[in-house]
Amino acid sequence: MEVSLDLLLSAVVAGVLLGGFYAAVTVGISISFGMLDIVNIAHPAFIILGAYAAYFLNSSFGLDPILTAVIMLPVFYVLGAGVYQVYYAVFERRGDEALRGLAFFFGLLFIIEVALVLVFGVDYRFVEASYIGPTWRWGEIDLPLRMLVPFVVSMVLVGLLQLYLSRTFTGRAIMAVSQDRLALQLMSANPGRIKRVAFGISIATASLAGAFLIIIQPVEPSIGRDYIGRVFAIAVLGGLGSFPGMVTAALLLGIVESITATFYGPSWSPAVSFGVLLLTLAFRPSGIMGR
Amino acid sequence: MKRLLGRMRIWLGASVMLAALAPLTAGAVEPIKIGFGMALTGGLAGNGKAALVAMQIWAEEVNAKGGLLGRPVKLVYYDDQTNPALVPGIYSKLLDIDKVDLVVSGYGTNLQAPAMPIIMQHGMTFIGLFGLDVNHQFHYDRFFQIQPNGEDPKISSIEGFFQAAMTAKPTPKTVAIVGADAEYPKVATEGAREIAKKDGLKIVYDRSYPPSTVDYTPIVHAIQATNPDLVYVASYPPDTAGMVRAAHEVGLKAEVFGGGMIGLQFAALKQQLGEMLNGIVCYDMYVPSSTMNFPGITQFLAKYQPRAKAEGADQLGFYLPPFAYAAMQVLGQAVETTKGLDQKKLAAYMHATTFHTVVGDIKWAANGEWATPRVIFVQYRGIKGNDLEQFKKEGTAVIVAPAKYKTGDLVTPYSAVQH
Repeated sequence: MEVSLDLLLSAVVAGVLLGGFYAAVTVGISISFGMLDIVNIAHPAFIILGAYAAYFLNSSFGLDPILTAVIMLPVFYVLGAGVYQVYYAVFERRGDEALRGLAFFFGLLFIIEVALVLVFGVDYRFVEASYIGPTWRWGEIDLPLRMLVPFVVSMVLVGLLQLYLSRTFTGRAIMAVSQDRLALQLMSANPGRIKRVAFGISIATASLAGAFLIIIQPVEPSIGRDYIGRVFAIAVLGGLGSFPGMVTAALLLGIVESITATFYGPSWSPAVSFGVLLLTLAFRPSGIMGR
Repeated sequence: MKRLLGRMRIWLGASVMLAALAPLTAGAVEPIKIGFGMALTGGLAGNGKAALVAMQIWAEEVNAKGGLLGRPVKLVYYDDQTNPALVPGIYSKLLDIDKVDLVVSGYGTNLQAPAMPIIMQHGMTFIGLFGLDVNHQFHYDRFFQIQPNGEDPKISSIEGFFQAAMTAKPTPKTVAIVGADAEYPKVATEGAREIAKKDGLKIVYDRSYPPSTVDYTPIVHAIQATNPDLVYVASYPPDTAGMVRAAHEVGLKAEVFGGGMIGLQFAALKQQLGEMLNGIVCYDMYVPSSTMNFPGITQFLAKYQPRAKAEGADQLGFYLPPFAYAAMQVLGQAVETTKGLDQKKLAAYMHATTFHTVVGDIKWAANGEWATPRVIFVQYRGIKGNDLEQFKKEGTAVIVAPAKYKTGDLVTPYSAVQH
């Protein structure tokens, strides 16, 4: 296919918007896996839970899906903190987090999925919002609001989280807990409490990510499995524990996917994306901005 | 001694009681078990669940009338989770452990093909519930497809789109073909290429995409850059929604847009996409119209729709449910007429007979496909808002092909009807 400037610009813009969404679904993994060393395979299932929460409140009360996600943030935080408490008590405290902890999260993934099937059924669900459908046109560039709004909110979310992690005591303690637990204790911070707070934040982000997902595409309970590979790949590519790295990786993957889909065929997108991941790790094993 | 005699009396009494009960248990009627896998979770579950409701309605009706051959029917089914890898195991269990008497398939090409080796090994008669060209490689003489594809499914399930599209003025010259990387879209897009070649259309875009694609905007942009007259899409429900949304947002300019988009037939997606459907030409199997008023269809839908709403299945039930019900009607008639469960006799009877069902007359060709294809192509028009009731009336889905069932002419271009 001929490379026209308009088509290339459209592909890049679409890729950036897609990357913003990828950043939102990955930020939680950046915290749980990147900073706490917890392989939370069930994170995409929590995102789907967030999507269904948005669907329920949107269809029952006509609330905007992003507003519903913000309302549900404390609920998801408490849920995340509770899940961590169980994980810590049963696995981490006994040193069993490696394999048995992974099995725990796998089980959680399927429990959430089956629970959603039982409560909501198996049909695809969607939400209604004034920005689903319209498109802003800027010259030859299309900006579907369905993608633009989640992108903007996602960047705000990641920005706020970065500020929290870098400017508050608890935030810096979260970044410190995986580096040197003992040193953190000597700074009179309780590592267990810090990890609980961090994991709660990680699951809280799933509420917003789920709202973005159901704005962008219809969801059904098992759709989370499609995102397991993607979210961990982006977290690793960006550098574990680095938000700027994660955002860069998400945008990079989104642009690569979009350009490949436009000029070489969408079938090549996953291969090219993971090729970029492998190439980056070959030259920079810690990821783009990993320490 | 007295104690011994007392014990002997107790044992004797118990034996007499058991002997009296034996005829009751021996005479209890063994049900006729009909086994299948069905997508009750996963991507195709929306339709799978709807099909199950229709089959349950049939079973209840048959049992209310005394069953088949004086025996009640019992559905034995397992969730295939829309996962083809689970299908062989399910049918092995149904046939070797559950010892079912009859089998039908799950929903969808991907979930039928994996069952075929097991079915063929056991010599079972097998009705496929909506699959495209499943028997092409197997050439199994006891396979019957309920989807009205016609003897050459790759062509006859698709040609209606091109039949309608080629009536556009001026006559289209170019086509873009796109489909998901999966079994059904692969077959459908192969057929589209053959028909495009036959009609003298130049293929200006011919690509596939992974089903896990999130954003379809780049794909639609790339298609638009080639300026096709026609855009043929073969997709599954989530990608159907993605492509329709992207086409609407990008403002796709084409004479005709649509094709083999699975999902537009479902209540959930109709409700979600609403006015975005306007202008799209897509395949269907049944829509409420004066040309498709088959005996029994209205009564079936009257039973199905309230039950589906209560059970969280597809609320309209126009797509798979009537055909799932018809498949059971066929099976039931075959069992009653052949007076048994002999698989060879059932298959021979089904090949030789024209069945009168709620979806009209069904006659199968030698390869197990319908002798006369009946896939219709509709153009959505006049849809307002997201209310489902408008789809229950004739008018929102105008049949533009084939000629026998046509209720209106194609209106072009797509963008004009869309807006």
